[in-house]
Amino acid sequence: MIAFASSLDQAGPITKTVRDAAIMMESMASYDDKDSTSVNRNVPNYEHALTGDIRGLKIGIPKEYRMDGMPQEIEKLWQEGIEWMKAAGAEIIDISLPHTKYALPTYYIVAPAEASSNLARYDGVKYGLRVEGDGLSGMYKNTRAAGFGDEVKRRILIGTYVLSAGYYDAYYLKAQKIRTLIAQDFAKAYEKVDVILTPTAPSPAFAMGEKSNDPIAMYLNDIFTVPASLAGLPAISVPAGLSADALPLGLQLIGRAFDEETMLRAADVLEHAAGFTAKPKIWWGEK
Amino acid sequence: MEQFIPKYIQGATGDWEVVIGLEIHAQVASEAKLFSGSSTKFGADPNTHVSFVCSAMPGMLPVINEECIRQAVRTGLAMGCEIHLRSVFDRKNYFYADLPQGYQISQFKDPIVGEGEIVVDLEDGTSKTIGVERLHLEQDAGKSMHDQHPTQTYVDLNRSGVALMEIVSKPDMRSAEEAGAYFRKIRTLVRYAGTCDGNMDQGSMRADVNVSVRRPGAELGIRSETKNVNSVRFMMQVIAFETRRQIDLLEDGGEVLQETRQFDPASGTTSSLRSKEEAHDYRCFPDPDLLPLEFTQEFVDDLAKALPELPDDKRNRLINDLGVSAYNAAVLVAEKESADYFESLLDSLAHKTGKAKQKLATQAANWVIGDLFGALKKTGKSISESPVSLKDGAELLALQIDGTISGRIAKDVFEIMLDTGKNPELIVEEKGLKQVSDTGAIDAIIDEVIADNQDKLAQYRGGKDKLFGFFVGQVMKKTQGKANPQVVNQLLKPKLDG
Repeated sequence: MIAFASSLDQAGPITKTVRDAAIMMESMASYDDKDSTSVNRNVPNYEHALTGDIRGLKIGIPKEYRMDGMPQEIEKLWQEGIEWMKAAGAEIIDISLPHTKYALPTYYIVAPAEASSNLARYDGVKYGLRVEGDGLSGMYKNTRAAGFGDEVKRRILIGTYVLSAGYYDAYYLKAQKIRTLIAQDFAKAYEKVDVILTPTAPSPAFAMGEKSNDPIAMYLNDIFTVPASLAGLPAISVPAGLSADALPLGLQLIGRAFDEETMLRAADVLEHAAGFTAKPKIWWGEK
Repeated sequence: MEQFIPKYIQGATGDWEVVIGLEIHAQVASEAKLFSGSSTKFGADPNTHVSFVCSAMPGMLPVINEECIRQAVRTGLAMGCEIHLRSVFDRKNYFYADLPQGYQISQFKDPIVGEGEIVVDLEDGTSKTIGVERLHLEQDAGKSMHDQHPTQTYVDLNRSGVALMEIVSKPDMRSAEEAGAYFRKIRTLVRYAGTCDGNMDQGSMRADVNVSVRRPGAELGIRSETKNVNSVRFMMQVIAFETRRQIDLLEDGGEVLQETRQFDPASGTTSSLRSKEEAHDYRCFPDPDLLPLEFTQEFVDDLAKALPELPDDKRNRLINDLGVSAYNAAVLVAEKESADYFESLLDSLAHKTGKAKQKLATQAANWVIGDLFGALKKTGKSISESPVSLKDGAELLALQIDGTISGRIAKDVFEIMLDTGKNPELIVEEKGLKQVSDTGAIDAIIDEVIADNQDKLAQYRGGKDKLFGFFVGQVMKKTQGKANPQVVNQLLKPKLDG
């Protein structure tokens, strides 16, 4: 695995069912003594956590995720999700995560900053592609111009900018402070609830390359998923319905730190209630 | 001292004062690198001590080598510095061919060691306190070799990722002599603490030298920073040259530029490497691959307890407990190996002679510093390569102390030991050098000498006391130096006086 944004990067399975995700998680998770940020603690039997019983479970609904201009179908799916959980015996509690609106800009400062540094090693000297040029800096320029795509270059530029002398305090340092506030929002919410339910994204999936010329619109799609990453919390997206164009829509469950068990248990119930069986009619590249 | 610069420097337009600060890079003595298990051994074939981590292969992550942390703490303790129980590793980003990560892991805002003070002894017998600003841990880069190929640069990554301690002084030094004394003191301290081998030929210690000049008492001037100076002699040349250059510039109405310079040992001059405008923007930020480094006060206390005796303490003990002169003590402690040799020699000597160390220390110190150091200097050897073993050295001194040989004979025996590596007792035996203390034999020789020199005897008795020495000399000559001088004196006096 290659580092993009070290403080946010996390391996996770993509599976057909929540049960498969639980099984995969259990075999993937363990302490890595070659990773200083790895935590040394016992890995639970995640599959055993899937009891199907969420009676009394307190599920938080953050009001800040109810965005202006969000498609009605997503709002409706979220409401459905709330009803399914309620029907399964969970207690629904309204919560507030007041710094949510800063999560996206914070993420798009922290991630590019780390990426700009992590990707410096792809310089053509030892590993990977080399494109010769005039002297060392010419070789660097040619290699990196040829080897990175537009979006990667854009992020390297943003990251380099936010770490530069005179801008560090205004961007990177401030982003780190807000990151702490976002984590505190969640910590406070988890005094009252066990797991948080939100939509996964504010719109159905767009086609590959469709928003390449409008990166801000593209980044906005991450608005519901980056807060958990910034706060270091486990989260899972479960397909739960279809958009008007028959594209899959997901609901997200965010758990307490290291409490994947509760999160997976709730996701399993949600999956069964949603009964999502749709298969895509076309795949990438098919007309 | 050749490059000695007095406190104030005479310029054409009045006095100037030089202000010096040093950033010393000391390679941590450790088996493995700072963040990988690769060996740190010097002199291996290029690129043979390189792991995936130190060549920055994709997906590789740093894991701190705890011994390097202990070494940094030990060094901080040896310098009397504040130890920070929490410190942070940062990334210093820049592109270079010998920096495979594209950044150096260093400590920027929160170093492992904070402020302290170092007392240095100066030539004129005074001492001065120099402030230490901080010590931080960082990775070394690889080595670019520009002389292996006509158009290409080769890179050796053996050094890449090796742990360095950067020891930053306050701008407290006011002459090349003070800077030299400070550098030597730091070197002695790290060698005593066992945290850096101090080997400057192998690049284990080098310094960035910051120099500025000002009118006495004025605000600090603009400084130049001369990079990677790897000997005390070069450092003093840099300071002398920079001082002169900056004063000349200012007196001609020019201004000193804040810039990075490089030293050319061949000419003894410095030249500009890059100006402030061309300086890198390192975009430092906390390394997200590493958590803040935290340890307990107990961890520090345990290291402090296990620290060996430090040079200042050792010197005081040699002076106060053993009666070694202040000068000899300073010479002995300057190199840990010398002090170790002396102390082992003294132990062995006390054991052999059954006498108290205090009674033997001065003679032993004089022999180590005078005879042994003199011989080593002639052959260009260090004390650890001494051709005379501790055991043989102690034996030689013991033979002298118990009266078996005289001091003069001891010098001859020492020469033979150096040439042949033979044991001193054997040499004395073989060459029949045993001191004659037999009064009968000496008596006879004295009588002979007096009989042969009746004229001198008359002069002596006429009041020429100085001739006593002549008679002693004659007796020694006839015995080939083997007569015990004390016995000779005792017997000769009454005979001459009649």
